[in-house]
Amino acid sequence: MPGLDAVAWRRRLLLGLILVVIAGLCARAFYLQAWNRDFLLSEGDARHLRTVRLQAHRGPILDRSGEPLAVSTPVDSVWVDAKALFASGGKDGRPAPKAQIVELARGLGRDPEALYRFLAGRPDRRFVYVARHLPPERAARIKALGVAGVELQREYRRYYPSAEVAAHVLGFTDIDDRGQEGLELAYDDWLRGQPGAKRVLRDRRGRVVADVARIRAPEPGRELVLSIDQRIQYLAYRALKRGVRRVGARGGSLVVLDPRSGEVLAMVNQPSFNPNNPADRKPGRTRNRAVTDVFEPGSTVKPFTVAAALASGRYAPDYTVETSPGWWRIAHYTIRDLHDYGRVSLERILVKSSNIGAAKLALGMPAERLWSVFHEVGFGAGTGSGFPGEAVGVLRDFQDWRQVEQATMAYGYGLSVTTLQLARAYAALAADGESVSVTFLRRDAPPESQRVLPARVARRVRHMLEGVVSDEGTARRAAVPGYRVAGKTGTVHKSQAGGYAKKRYLALFAGMAPATRPALVIVVTVDEPEPGKHYGGVAAAPVFAEVMAGALRLLDIAPDAVERLEARRGAGGGAA
Amino acid sequence: MKGSFEQSLQHGVENRLLRVARLDWPLFAAVLILAGLGLVVLYSASGGDLGVVQKQGIRLLIGLALLLGIAQVPADRLALWSPWIYALGLVLLVWVEAAGVIGKGAQRWLDLGVIRFQPSEIMKLAVPMMLAWYFSDRPLPPRWVDLLAAGVMVAVPAGLIAAQPDLGTAVLVGAAGLFVIFFAGIGWRLIGGLVALALAAAPVLWHFMHDYQRRRVLTLLNPESDPMGAGYHIIQSEIAIGSGGLYGKGWTNGTQSQLDFLPERSTDFIFAVFSEEFGFLGVLGLLALYAFIILRGLYIAANAQDTYARLLAGSLSLSFFVYCFVNMGMVSGILPVVGVPLPLISYGGTSMVTLMTAFGMLMSIHSHRRLLAR
Repeated sequence: MPGLDAVAWRRRLLLGLILVVIAGLCARAFYLQAWNRDFLLSEGDARHLRTVRLQAHRGPILDRSGEPLAVSTPVDSVWVDAKALFASGGKDGRPAPKAQIVELARGLGRDPEALYRFLAGRPDRRFVYVARHLPPERAARIKALGVAGVELQREYRRYYPSAEVAAHVLGFTDIDDRGQEGLELAYDDWLRGQPGAKRVLRDRRGRVVADVARIRAPEPGRELVLSIDQRIQYLAYRALKRGVRRVGARGGSLVVLDPRSGEVLAMVNQPSFNPNNPADRKPGRTRNRAVTDVFEPGSTVKPFTVAAALASGRYAPDYTVETSPGWWRIAHYTIRDLHDYGRVSLERILVKSSNIGAAKLALGMPAERLWSVFHEVGFGAGTGSGFPGEAVGVLRDFQDWRQVEQATMAYGYGLSVTTLQLARAYAALAADGESVSVTFLRRDAPPESQRVLPARVARRVRHMLEGVVSDEGTARRAAVPGYRVAGKTGTVHKSQAGGYAKKRYLALFAGMAPATRPALVIVVTVDEPEPGKHYGGVAAAPVFAEVMAGALRLLDIAPDAVERLEARRGAGGGAA
Repeated sequence: MKGSFEQSLQHGVENRLLRVARLDWPLFAAVLILAGLGLVVLYSASGGDLGVVQKQGIRLLIGLALLLGIAQVPADRLALWSPWIYALGLVLLVWVEAAGVIGKGAQRWLDLGVIRFQPSEIMKLAVPMMLAWYFSDRPLPPRWVDLLAAGVMVAVPAGLIAAQPDLGTAVLVGAAGLFVIFFAGIGWRLIGGLVALALAAAPVLWHFMHDYQRRRVLTLLNPESDPMGAGYHIIQSEIAIGSGGLYGKGWTNGTQSQLDFLPERSTDFIFAVFSEEFGFLGVLGLLALYAFIILRGLYIAANAQDTYARLLAGSLSLSFFVYCFVNMGMVSGILPVVGVPLPLISYGGTSMVTLMTAFGMLMSIHSHRRLLAR
């Protein structure tokens, strides 16, 4: 009987034990699957769910008629999960990692040894770029090699169809498509768009297995329509490049401005660079000199001295100034003219570019008068273009001017401006005394303008400037057949530490056409032409004429000097 | 009246079938269901590899044939063979041990040219057979002398297997032997003494453990201490099980397993795949199936007609229970990681053969009852 009891007791113990164990397993399963489920689920998701950035398509930059100046094309970057690559050796029928890397290098056209060293140096990295911005079909071929851990990333590469022609205006983006220079930088937020995100499933080796959800579609960037007219831009680029080379200059800038709207129709510089080739982006070449470099404007400010004189009411239009004997001494400083022009009218001061005449005019009125005209037309202030790195130049307050400075200021020494500022100042003369802010974007409505000179003064000065572009004047070569051209040359001694350089000049020409109602203002600066060719009328005026003639034709501007044309044609016919 | 008629009819049918196939139909059905479920889970765990499923299916068929064959052998004859099988197993173990000394490192496999197998696997069956045979013609409850002899019979093969080193199998073989002794009938005091001895032996065992074994035990206590190394298995499998939730993610939809985060997912850790895809309810169902098989085995043991059959059936059933518990306990993070497959579900041939042989023996024991006590 105790034996039987023992059997029953054992049986109960055994069944009890089994029950306890099964209950324990159930409890464990319940603990994991019900109690801790959310935590463990999130832990799991953390292991295989990844949020992947979807790069947004950067908005294109277009010229004023919709021609593309900068476009983004899809490319693929190749990256490697180095850890997965090195862990893959021999498995799944794959060759050793080194052999795979050699094959990858061959596909990429890189040195196998170098690539191996590069990857072997970072064996634990889960993301290493091995090639950026490959054409999609080539990237697909590399992916098809089947090397472990190799993945593609869709990106966009910026392409500039006009290459060096509009390089300075547009600037460029970096490898991650962020604006670095120029308008690409200035309007980066507008162009860039919002990157999207998607959630993907990744396996243990980090390979993307499936797209789970699109969290946010990438929002493409917006297009940017510039004021630039690509045709004029090309024309200007060609002309400036040739002009700079012709006079052996170091560089140059050219701005074409619509005086009424303030739109920059073209802006080119020499030397330039190819923005499609990152290796070409050297600091001396990428600078948009027309906006960032300041210089003393020299004789090109004389029209504003004359305008200030006329606007002051102290000088009648028929006022004359004695400039003999070609030099004039104030304090310890001697002002010189190229020749002795004798007694000159206001117009002849401009036509002959008399420093003495301009200085005498300036000293005949309060400094404030001169200063306020200079200030009003935009010297020493921003143009409103918003271009990154734009320089404002220097125009010191008139209260600090000494008498000599007031005199030199009249013919353009003692203040500094940029090419763009100079163009804007001339635009005020062109627009009958109305000044507008400058823009690189197309303006569909006329901007708010500000009167900076009385209309009659602006018109009178403009008329006087026509004389400059005549056989009498300094800029005979700025003439454009069929149009009346008004403008002014400048030949400036470049300043250097401690004074002025002997034989280093800046040749300038600023002008407009048609003079009756100017449609375009063009300013040309040529940096350090060879001595002998260094005059504004020689180095800069021909470039101006070439661009102006071409641009007027392109824009279909009606000629305003037909009678002169016909007269000339008649004379030619007579001779024949 | 009607009841007894139906009963006798049912008995008639059952007897005829028993005579034809010598099967215990409830047990056989449960085994088939589990094995079929195993193929379904394997399909998912292998990432939809039909080749793997086919291979396992062939093994299952071979296993079933083995089961049917052994079921035809009367239990008396199994008893007669027991000492010989045990002796053969010992010889093979020693052979493997010697080959291991000559070769390098761990040696568990014996290559017979046609098949490779582990002699330690034979011992999972041979030890309980031997002990059951030993106790079958001795007075029960066993005397101290017999207990001592039985202890040696268990300790020698277990020790040899532990020396391979294969601690997991050694423990399982030892347990199979101890179960026989337990069923042979030992008192309170002895059981208490053995438990105390086991506890006392733990530090000693710890001393003899290999580093990797110690690490597994430590990892169990704190898997987060080394999440990328030793703790990796356990963390990944707990995440898999837990993220299955109540209802599971659905067949072939388990992310942890399908995305390759789960190690050994078609073999030792297949329970995690199952849990992730079929959830808590699936786990309950699986446990119920296993519980049914275990209880059915114990029922067969309780109804066995001689000591040998009773002891063997009891031991085999409890061993099966231990396999299930150890595997699920390991995968769900209650027990340290030891290489024990989930019976009938995990991918692999060896355990399939052993299990089917054991089930064949259970069938034989149940179907060769002499129809006398009515």
